[in-house]
Amino acid sequence: MTIQEIINILEADLFCGEDMLNKDILSACGSDLMSDVLAFVKDHTILLTGLTNPHVIRTAEMMDIAAIVFVRGKRPSEEIIQMAADRNIAVLMTRHSLFVACGLLYQSGLRGEVL
Amino acid sequence: METTDNVTMCQYYSIEAGNFTLAGEAAGQIKNNLKQLGIDAALVKKVAIASYEAEMNLVIHSNGGRLIFKINPKVITIIAQDDGPGIKDIELAMKEGYSTAPDTARELGFGAGMGLPNMKRCADRFVIRSEEGKGTEVELSFNLS
Ligand SMILES: Nc1ncnc2c1ncn2[C@@H]1O[C@H](COP(=O)(O)OP(=O)(O)O)[C@@H](O)[C@H]1O
Ligand SMILES: [Mg+2]
Repeated sequence: MTIQEIINILEADLFCGEDMLNKDILSACGSDLMSDVLAFVKDHTILLTGLTNPHVIRTAEMMDIAAIVFVRGKRPSEEIIQMAADRNIAVLMTRHSLFVACGLLYQSGLRGEVL
Repeated sequence: METTDNVTMCQYYSIEAGNFTLAGEAAGQIKNNLKQLGIDAALVKKVAIASYEAEMNLVIHSNGGRLIFKINPKVITIIAQDDGPGIKDIELAMKEGYSTAPDTARELGFGAGMGLPNMKRCADRFVIRSEEGKGTEVELSFNLS
């Protein structure tokens, strides 16, 4: 599934990463606990979260996460968007809740880590 | 530090207690160093994750300390050292889910009690030493060959 398809499914806005729309995404992780995200082992991943602080970007940076989806219409600050852009991370925002956003992507075939 | 180490690179980052704005900066620099050295991406990710959790622990739990990064042809070493307060029960601290992190850390998404177990999982060798009232040292090694 590409980032463009994710944008369509979630009816999301894109704040940065226009050059990454064709990037292939194989898994997703939905969490507000950055330490849980840091324990996620899959690659080609996107992160869905309700937190919008700089540590979300830091976490994505360490994990080589391609895109972050902020849920519930939580609009990231300019500082956060710039931080992500500097690290080649796409930033999306959807009005859907974390549960619904994850459900929509799962229904469309995206999978997570099965523990 | 051993003199027989054959260190090809060694970097030292001072980490301030409670400074959540800068937290993660050292781990980010370590990650960039490794990428520039052409280290395999999967290994870089493991070192980056473990360094970030180690750095966050210094910021959240310690009175301040340092993160040391060393690389030689055989091994990458990350050392997180601090000046207290130390850990009373290391076995308990290593348990998944155990955390004494304050709300300020939880609001940022930390304090799930997964940091030390994740460092151990990422590294090829994990050593933790701590003395109450003195400080804590976590040493992580990652094999290059
Ligand atoms: N450098 C340190 N100094 C003092 N206590 C520490 C240190 N690192 C970890 N701890 C203790 O170990 C616990 C578990 O650490 P960790 O697994 O990283 O989880 P978390 O940071 O989410 O609390 C911490 O909550 C804290 O009580
Ligand atoms: Mg921790």
